[in-house]
Amino acid sequence: MIFKLLKFIKGYEKAALLAPLCVIIEVICELILPRLMSGIIDVGINGSGGFAYILRTGAIMLALAVCSMITGVSSSKFASTASQGFGANLRKAMFDSVQDFSFADIDRFSSASLITRLTNDVNTIQQMVGMGLRILVRAPMVLIVALVICRSINARLTLILLAVVPFMAVCIALLMSVCRKLFRAFQERIDGLNDSVQENLIAIRVVKAFVRESYEKEKFRARNDALRTAAVKTATRVVFMHPIMQICFNVAIVFVLWFGGQYVTGGNLLTGDLYSFISYITNVLMSVMMIAFTLLTVTRARACADRINEVLETVPDIRDGSADPAHLPPARGSVEFRDVSFKYVSTGTGDDVLSHIDLSIAPGEFVAVIGGTGVGKSSLVNLIPRFYDVTGGQVLVDGMDVRDYPLERLRERIGMVLQNNILFSGTIRENLLWGDPEATEEQMIAAAKNAQAYDFIMSFPDGFDTYLEQGGVNVSGGQKQRLCIARAMLRRPPILILDDSTSAVDSATEAAIRSSFSENLKGTTVIIIAQRISSVRSADKIVILDDDHIAGLGTHEQLLATNKIYQEIYMSQQEGVSD
Amino acid sequence: MAERTMKFKAAEAHKGHRGGGFQKPKDAGKTIRRLLSYITAKKTLLLLIALCLLCSTASGIAGTYLLRPIINNLTGPLPHAEKIGALLRGCITLFLVHIAGCVCTYAQSVLTAVMAQKAANRLRADLFDALEEKPLCFFDAHPHGELMSRFTNDADNVAFAMEQSIVNLASSILTFVGLVCIMIYTSPLLFVITVLVLAVSMMVFKVFGGRSRSYYRKQQAALGQVNGDIQEIIEGLKVVKAFTHEEIAKKEFAVLNDAYRAAATDANFYAGAIMPLSANIMNIGYAFTAVAGGFLALVRGFDLGGLATYLLYSRQVGRPVEQISQQLNSILSALAGAERIFEVMDAPAETDAGKVVLVGVTYDETGAMTETEGHTGHWAWKQPDGTLVPLRGDVRLHNVDFSYVENKRVLHSVDVFAKPGQKIAFVGSTGAGKTTITNLINRFYEIENGSITYDGIDVRDIEKDSLRRSLGAVLQDTHLFTGTVMDNIRYGRLDATDEECIAAAKSVNAHSFIRRLPNGYNTMVTGDGANLSQGQRQLLAIARAAVADPPVMVLDEATSSIDTRTERHIQQGMDALMHGRTVFVIAHRLSTVRNADCIVVIEQGRIQEKGTHEELLAQKGRYYLLYTGQHELD
Repeated sequence: MIFKLLKFIKGYEKAALLAPLCVIIEVICELILPRLMSGIIDVGINGSGGFAYILRTGAIMLALAVCSMITGVSSSKFASTASQGFGANLRKAMFDSVQDFSFADIDRFSSASLITRLTNDVNTIQQMVGMGLRILVRAPMVLIVALVICRSINARLTLILLAVVPFMAVCIALLMSVCRKLFRAFQERIDGLNDSVQENLIAIRVVKAFVRESYEKEKFRARNDALRTAAVKTATRVVFMHPIMQICFNVAIVFVLWFGGQYVTGGNLLTGDLYSFISYITNVLMSVMMIAFTLLTVTRARACADRINEVLETVPDIRDGSADPAHLPPARGSVEFRDVSFKYVSTGTGDDVLSHIDLSIAPGEFVAVIGGTGVGKSSLVNLIPRFYDVTGGQVLVDGMDVRDYPLERLRERIGMVLQNNILFSGTIRENLLWGDPEATEEQMIAAAKNAQAYDFIMSFPDGFDTYLEQGGVNVSGGQKQRLCIARAMLRRPPILILDDSTSAVDSATEAAIRSSFSENLKGTTVIIIAQRISSVRSADKIVILDDDHIAGLGTHEQLLATNKIYQEIYMSQQEGVSD
Repeated sequence: MAERTMKFKAAEAHKGHRGGGFQKPKDAGKTIRRLLSYITAKKTLLLLIALCLLCSTASGIAGTYLLRPIINNLTGPLPHAEKIGALLRGCITLFLVHIAGCVCTYAQSVLTAVMAQKAANRLRADLFDALEEKPLCFFDAHPHGELMSRFTNDADNVAFAMEQSIVNLASSILTFVGLVCIMIYTSPLLFVITVLVLAVSMMVFKVFGGRSRSYYRKQQAALGQVNGDIQEIIEGLKVVKAFTHEEIAKKEFAVLNDAYRAAATDANFYAGAIMPLSANIMNIGYAFTAVAGGFLALVRGFDLGGLATYLLYSRQVGRPVEQISQQLNSILSALAGAERIFEVMDAPAETDAGKVVLVGVTYDETGAMTETEGHTGHWAWKQPDGTLVPLRGDVRLHNVDFSYVENKRVLHSVDVFAKPGQKIAFVGSTGAGKTTITNLINRFYEIENGSITYDGIDVRDIEKDSLRRSLGAVLQDTHLFTGTVMDNIRYGRLDATDEECIAAAKSVNAHSFIRRLPNGYNTMVTGDGANLSQGQRQLLAIARAAVADPPVMVLDEATSSIDTRTERHIQQGMDALMHGRTVFVIAHRLSTVRNADCIVVIEQGRIQEKGTHEELLAQKGRYYLLYTGQHELD
């Protein structure tokens, strides 16, 4: 709910209170003016007040108008301070809470949806708060103050307004509920049309290759006509608002004039009073309309608030372990899987991705994992830095269950090159220093050299200061992978994991990276996932994953001699080279 | 008046603060004339709309003016009974005037909506039709997002302007002129005050409006940075976590977030201050008018009814001024949008001067060809003079030069000969020009020099649609369409029966996976096949090409890593598709190319080597290096 979010006004409470207060003063000052005018008519012109009274009243009116202006402008200042402050607080809170998400949370929400929530949804709510502080205060205030003044002029005439207002409110509510459905249908048609255009643009080569231009035009025409029908239907209903408003206004003013006129001729009401009463009719009816419209906007914002709360209320399922940071086992680089089972709970299929895995990796070992897509290779290595938690068994790093480590202390032992790796906008240097913000220039150059990235970095005119665009689009796939490897190596971690991260690097360079591993990373445990036999054949230990279990374990020679799956992979990649 | 005011306020409430995004059309006059041609309504209807508009505006002004005699009558010297009679007549007249205005407003709104939507509909259809006819280089030069916004923003803006802004503008101008006239008529002296107030109000508008716009631009720039950071960090969140970079990310975000807050606070303050400022300037004017009016009444006997109506008018006259500037902005931005739409429409379409067409034929026992309707599996070229030449699938590129952008040649004197039934494979690094060559064969792009012939006919003499129908294509990015699996296969040939589609799927190894989908062939494909795996999408694209059953095929292999088993399926599917046809295949897996009749190795737009697998291995050149894994491919 929206109210839960109100706590983010913190630090801007004063502005948040002053804004509506200013609005209230503004409304009162403004609405008194016609009432004072009726005095000018009744006392100044028709009565005995004369020039002096008119001047005096005029001066008061001027003062009130100036006061109304000052408070009106101030309310804008306070409302904008409060709503923008609120928005910033909310955005910051969401950003921070997302930073603490576990991988499972990220998967569950999806990046795209998280981005929408942090951008569009927050903006909508923020705008609504700004609006709420002013318009949502102003409209009811106008209604109340105008009615109170009306009542002080003539209670019986006010009854006319009290009859018209609910009638109008009901009419507007009915019309809005009809229109809302129509709007939704209309919006769906628009979305449908846009989707089909987008699809067409993306697949324009297919359209042209199959000569389907006229077919696509026909498809578009049908959608476009459906959109028109919906648009016309919606528009002709929406404009019904005019007659409703005009009739209400008409009825109110005619009846006020008719009865009020009789009171005046009967001497029960002064002319000026009748005049000011008429001025207030517009204020009253307009404020009803405004209330209806703002309420509509508020209900729209509810969906956004719900989506925001969902993020804020997510409690990351992976949190720091309880082990004393001062007494952690020395970082040597051993990894052990003990009867590990794992499934992605959020995907809900319920099948184990990994079941009963036992695997022990000694410090300094070079281990390769190979297998088809979807057999859980990435899942296996993601368990080591505790990106996900096992659903059965345990994973140990340096002899201690990963769930006992404080997360940061666990992850600093591990250098990880993810499968879908990402570079951030900034210079190459800035990107590499993610691995270790305190690294020296020499260490950075060494890491770049070890990852076979140094030569191409230096071939850029700006070297390490070359600016990478968002997503690293200005370097090739192979270069990107090597930069990611360098970034992970700069951590000099006891355990280095590479998840299919040399797929775009050519075999010769890959071999060079591997040999630099064995020279410069002696004592570092290296775990790689790869597709090519050539990438894994020199490993101390090759793990073959099939379905959800380990289907083979050994060196290249052992597996080639005994393991069917390994032989099959080997054959499919080696076919033809021998002939 | 009232309802327009409310509409304005409501619109403002909905839009928030969008005041800063002003765009101006380059040649407004030309664009307006062209837009007007989309309004196809009869002259009488347009006249009717104008009349309704006039009536509804007049009734608004008259409604207030009628109060003058009513009030004067009440304070006048008539006897009580006559006063009541006059009051009754006055009320009835007022009621009737309002009802007339009400009917006119409604009629005008409905008629305008229908007319505007009709025009918008035609505009969208023309835009889409024009888009479909553009050559591929047009789509290369214009990102999808940009073309999409012609539909999502520009077309919607134009529709909105036609439906609302233009009418509102006309009505505001009419109202303003009407009010000015009637105010001068009521009291020229008081009008002097009103003019002064309006002038001050305009100045405030100008100053604050300008401030507001410049702050708005700063706000948008800061917002762009905040959103950019959000997008980048969230998309890379897993990397952030892998490097325990969370705290730094939080700190960096806090800085940007705060900068945005500061900029947005200023921008929103100025935007929000305009309304209370201008409204209260009018209020100050109201105070002065009240005093001056009182003096006039006392000294010169200005009638009370006149003073009352003048005061009511003076509270109304500010609105149309605001409206005029607001509507003008929205119309200008719609015109700018329309200009961009027309720009897209006016970009040159694909040229097609070809006269030779592709026809289906049947052979009788004597071997003579007859042209037939429908799919027969046999094809012929029909020359302009009516003679039929059997389609054999002999495709030759002679000395072809090509560049996407002038002076940046990507292909240099390429010679490739494919005899009927031969398989030609292209091998080379990314960007070497492999896909470009195939794009020239189906005339997605026009060659610069040299020639391409198809069964001896220059491809430029073949009608473009016929040429493309004779070439099947499996492209690297396998795009699918929203619809069932069956619909997607049938995309290859729209008149194919369900059985033919299933047979095609079977022939290329796609049947078994389709059968296992939740609804088999009726499974919906959505979001460009997001619910299918890369391998499955590839298989569907192959089935789609198979059902088209064209005599010549262009196959661009998928590059992404697919597991060994699916890869085999795809390989077998491709083999089935290639059987008995002339095939151009762009290979990323060298296992695909080994049995080609000719392997063409391309680097930097030039053919490096050409020959069979054995010949090229023996040469120990580039192909040998690629094949033995000593070179980076892609």
